[in-house]
Amino acid sequence: MTQVLARPAEVSAPERRTARRKELLQWIAVHCLGVAAALFFVLPFVFVVLTSLMSDSQALSRDLVPHTWEWGNYRKVFDTPGFLTWWRNTLVYAGLGTVLTVVSSVPVAYALAKFRFRGRNLALMLVISTMMLPPQVVVIPMYLFWAKQLDLSGTLWPLIVPMAFGDAFSIFLLRQFLMTIPDEYVDAAKVDGCGDLRTLVRVILPMAKPGIAAVALFQFFNAWNDYFGPQIYASENPGAWTLSYGLESFKGAHHTDWNLTMAATVLVMAPVILVFFFAQKAFVEGVTLTGVKG
Amino acid sequence: MSTLTSASRRRRAALRTLAFLSPWLIGFAVFFAYPLISTVYFSFMHYDGFRPPTWSGGKNWAYVFEHYPLFWPALRNTLWLVVVTVTLRVLFGLGVGMLITRIRTGTGIFRTLFYLPYLAPPVAATMAFAFLLNPGTGPVNSLLGRTGLPAPGWFGDPDWSKPALTLLALWGIGDLMVIFMAALLDVPAEQYEAAELDGASAWQRFRYVTLPNISPIVMFAVVTGVIQTMQYYTEPLIAGKVASGVIQGAGAQFEPGYPDRSTLTLPQLVYNLGFQRFDYGSACVVALVLFALSMAFTATLMRRRGGLVQAGERS
Repeated sequence: MTQVLARPAEVSAPERRTARRKELLQWIAVHCLGVAAALFFVLPFVFVVLTSLMSDSQALSRDLVPHTWEWGNYRKVFDTPGFLTWWRNTLVYAGLGTVLTVVSSVPVAYALAKFRFRGRNLALMLVISTMMLPPQVVVIPMYLFWAKQLDLSGTLWPLIVPMAFGDAFSIFLLRQFLMTIPDEYVDAAKVDGCGDLRTLVRVILPMAKPGIAAVALFQFFNAWNDYFGPQIYASENPGAWTLSYGLESFKGAHHTDWNLTMAATVLVMAPVILVFFFAQKAFVEGVTLTGVKG
Repeated sequence: MSTLTSASRRRRAALRTLAFLSPWLIGFAVFFAYPLISTVYFSFMHYDGFRPPTWSGGKNWAYVFEHYPLFWPALRNTLWLVVVTVTLRVLFGLGVGMLITRIRTGTGIFRTLFYLPYLAPPVAATMAFAFLLNPGTGPVNSLLGRTGLPAPGWFGDPDWSKPALTLLALWGIGDLMVIFMAALLDVPAEQYEAAELDGASAWQRFRYVTLPNISPIVMFAVVTGVIQTMQYYTEPLIAGKVASGVIQGAGAQFEPGYPDRSTLTLPQLVYNLGFQRFDYGSACVVALVLFALSMAFTATLMRRRGGLVQAGERS
């Protein structure tokens, strides 16, 4: 087999030259295409940032590059009433939500990955089914429950509290990750006299760090990006708005001032992109592990 | 060992399993099973949130399917998005994935640049595109104008609003790119070498080596794309709101779908019926339609996922 696959040892010089030329041409074609694609992906960011630095009057023109660089636009955005509150609310929603999700999802994922019990496949199927459902399916009774029975509309609690009870997508992703850890580790811990909880905390968790990081990132981004949740529960009280929800009101308050709206847009995008640069590996791993975003 | 101890041990194991699963069991019951049953119940009730609910039989169902003016446009839009947007996203994702596996210089930089737009928060990304594509002063139409090409109305034109949303969806191709990239790198190199020895052309290598190897992933991308289309909410809503000029909190109520119901999707109907028209019963009918459609496609996916695992074991 290897003899068949091996190339003839002697290739004539002109043949080698044409081969090399073909390779070079291919390299050029591929990288030209790569640059074109990169422009498609990057130019929207560039135009948004450029417009965010234009003066009010220039933002109304068809110009693409600012004449004067108005860094004060960003200051104006921060001075907008409520903007800092939205930041704080978003951090609370995303931060607290992420911690609660991880803490409540890890034991469930561990049981689904490593325990043998009747109904395990059924439980896994239910997890996958609920993970694929949009929040709108059960929002009417949930809203009535939170708003009419517990009187919690106008706050973010209806969005944060459920995260203490496991999140289907996080459970699924963690379960996929824990499946890749050999059972021998669990068995060895048992032989050493570790209980189930000790085994999970001392042996499995340190090995599952990349999976937990991926789940935490996804959950943080989901809360950061959420529009529907705050729209349902927080809309009546601007003091409870998040950045994603408040951003839209910018367009209203500043009407045609695209420069300030784009500066606010940059400020909503930037943290997510910064977090990504610090945690790129965990994130991409999460995407390939499950193939989906929550 | 006596049977008694083995029975008690089994009971302990069951309790342990229950304890570990308890967060999800409670969450599933309280935040999914109970509200789902409740949704079915309310779909047969007349309820406006103020007066107590009263039995209304099939009236809500008849209303949604026969008289609610937004239902069929939303379903038609969903079909359009499934046929055009999902198809284009899968083709584009595969294309970008193939491109990134062939790039030899600066691979890391290219991959990051291609991936970044996927991370942009949906509201921010939609605001950005509403600006980029705004017909008056947007950079895209400015550039099109300079080259003498026709400048469409994008989010302001019912014929162009869905193509504009498609453009936004193609910009955020990062998720599919990563999945296809992983699948393409998994194709055994020997198969390509063998095909090359047989004198196969580039197209033949793609058709007879690449495609059969990655077909489960293509299928996966199509089905998740359809499921995501069912849930499509923030982007079409924000695009419609910004283009229409109606803004939250200004007193004026925004009827979703601007322009001309061309950006309506099913989840927006739940909001419109429940939180703008205070017709909770009819909102629950749409919620159940959404549930049935999502479950049908998820079932397809799970059957495929089983097949996928088997295929992986065989090779």
